[in-house]
Amino acid sequence: MTVKIYIPRDAAALALGAEKVATAMAEAIAARGLDATIVRNGSRGMHWLEPLVEVETAEGRIAYGPVKARDVASLLDSGLLSGGTHPLCLGKTEEIPFLKNQTRLTFARCGVTDPLSLDDYRTHGGLRGLEKAVSMQPAAIVAEVTESGLRGRGGAGFPTGIKWKTVLEAQGAQKYIVCNADEGDSGTFADRMIMEGDPFVLIEGMAIAGIATGATKGYIYTRSEYPHAIAAMSAAIENARAAGVLGASVLGSAHAFDMEVRTGAGAYVCGEETSLLNSLEGKRGLVRAKPPLPAHKGLFDRPTVINNVISLASVPVIMDKGAAYYRDFGMGRSRGTIPIQIAGNVKHAGLYETAFGLTLGEIVDEIGGGTASGRPVKAVQVGGPLGAYFPRALFDTPFDYEAFAAKDGLIGHAGIVVFDDTADMLKQARFAMEFCAVESCGKCTPCRIGSTRGVEVADKIAAGIEPEKNRELLADLCNTMKFGSLCALGGFTPYPVMSAMTHFPEDFAPAPVVEAAE
Amino acid sequence: MNIHLHGADVTERTLAIVGELKGLEGPLLPILHEIQDEFGYVPEECLPVLARELNLSRAEVYGVVTFYHDFRKHPAGRHVLKLCRAEACQSMGGDRLAERAKALLGIDFHETTPDGAVTLEPVYCLGLCSCSPSAMLDGEVHARLDDAELEALVAEARR
Repeated sequence: MTVKIYIPRDAAALALGAEKVATAMAEAIAARGLDATIVRNGSRGMHWLEPLVEVETAEGRIAYGPVKARDVASLLDSGLLSGGTHPLCLGKTEEIPFLKNQTRLTFARCGVTDPLSLDDYRTHGGLRGLEKAVSMQPAAIVAEVTESGLRGRGGAGFPTGIKWKTVLEAQGAQKYIVCNADEGDSGTFADRMIMEGDPFVLIEGMAIAGIATGATKGYIYTRSEYPHAIAAMSAAIENARAAGVLGASVLGSAHAFDMEVRTGAGAYVCGEETSLLNSLEGKRGLVRAKPPLPAHKGLFDRPTVINNVISLASVPVIMDKGAAYYRDFGMGRSRGTIPIQIAGNVKHAGLYETAFGLTLGEIVDEIGGGTASGRPVKAVQVGGPLGAYFPRALFDTPFDYEAFAAKDGLIGHAGIVVFDDTADMLKQARFAMEFCAVESCGKCTPCRIGSTRGVEVADKIAAGIEPEKNRELLADLCNTMKFGSLCALGGFTPYPVMSAMTHFPEDFAPAPVVEAAE
Repeated sequence: MNIHLHGADVTERTLAIVGELKGLEGPLLPILHEIQDEFGYVPEECLPVLARELNLSRAEVYGVVTFYHDFRKHPAGRHVLKLCRAEACQSMGGDRLAERAKALLGIDFHETTPDGAVTLEPVYCLGLCSCSPSAMLDGEVHARLDDAELEALVAEARR
């Protein structure tokens, strides 16, 4: 029987040499006349082990990693095809603690299947949610999603079912499903991993959203920085169309739904939903004032569901296993699972899907294993460039929308960036302002001007110019931006700035005055 | 990439691209991406053509082109090296690596080496935050970069 060898095509694996490994493996298989085939899967999310090569055996999949092209010969010599022992052997993939301890609902297939094989998708439980949905009344689908407690995984945490209900009830000849895949936050890569590793789950989720709300057209708006995700997603859409999952008759039903991928052009602010809609329409990515809500007047002023990739990709499992199954995971008002992305200066970096409720300390110290540099953790930024910096003192904060808000932070898209004790928090605060200045859409004054003034004030503090007065000024400026900005870019930039200043005041202390040498 | 096109060629190719993509809903961004793929940048001569064909004002088209960081007004070098400057890469020494890249190339961000070989650009996140610091050379991604790997990348780009 032909042995399957899995070598990821996920961008993180590619960036660490997976293509060279795959080429070397293919050449070696041919040269040795072995009965083996290579499957290019997504990533399992254990990025410190990438490229992670797996082989299918009677006992299950056996993992090896991190594998370099030069290891291929010795791996085959050690009996790779039968899961032979080798210094890089990690044992059964499913038994690796980082993976074993996860609750993979949304990412159940990511890294397991061939991302572009619809047969593989079906074999692993795919399309069951959509099959159910096509035989249900739209209102019943919306009710199921509402009962699951699913909240927007893009960061705002708005209940997905409520959004869908508004669009279902809105009148319009054409409605749209827009997937926000403009994953620009540093420290986040869950959307990218799903699009590259299990694109059909997103297609299925969007098709269900279409049927639930009466929308027949979908758009995935993603980033030009994600060429691999664009390629995988586009190829998967074609496969889904050819198999009748998309098109005039979804799975042979009376429902029509089709979709396409659109590429942004390097503007961070287009991850904000109204800016994204303008960009999709071919305009500058200026933020729109709300109301009107996109659910009423969205893309081309028509009723539009706009959801994050992970929100939409979580819908198939909810429809398949039921709202109660999903809702039973989690804590408080944060139900279900969340794919936490552990990044930056951390030993075990990667994607960890789990129910809400782990503490920040458990995530960073236990799952992440502390810093990669081996130095003490100084701060972790949670929720991207607009998220707060948390000191060790707040490591008991549970991963939950409300708990983070109570500590003046946000979980955002669930990215966590770890910094060791060499980090200069004044520099990080300045960067937050600088980033806001570069990426501001320019529509509202607090964001456009405030961010530039913020950089200047941070520079004055660093230079030791009237530090006390300037710290007060920075806090005042943050207050204006927080309450006066039109969207989250200007409104949330104060989070990293204020958290850095509050929790790490020593970094904002006046620089020692250097006397002239004469 | 042909950077010595005459105005007439630009107009002709622009019209062809517009003809191909005009039927899309909100076609301007897909058209601009296609134009940049074709010419390596968005030539100014395109703008009036786009305005006329899409029934927009020239100001609107200009506004869109200049809003997005991706669209270039001038041709880039033969290779484009993008270094990630966002937080996750900062936590792993990205700033120091950026300084090293600038020194190796003798240019700053947004500049091109005098021989036209390499353009250096900042990028804010390639989604490789779990294996920082990262870079992209002509669409190929590279992660967990150290000094030696950066030097190899720069050498490859200079060729």
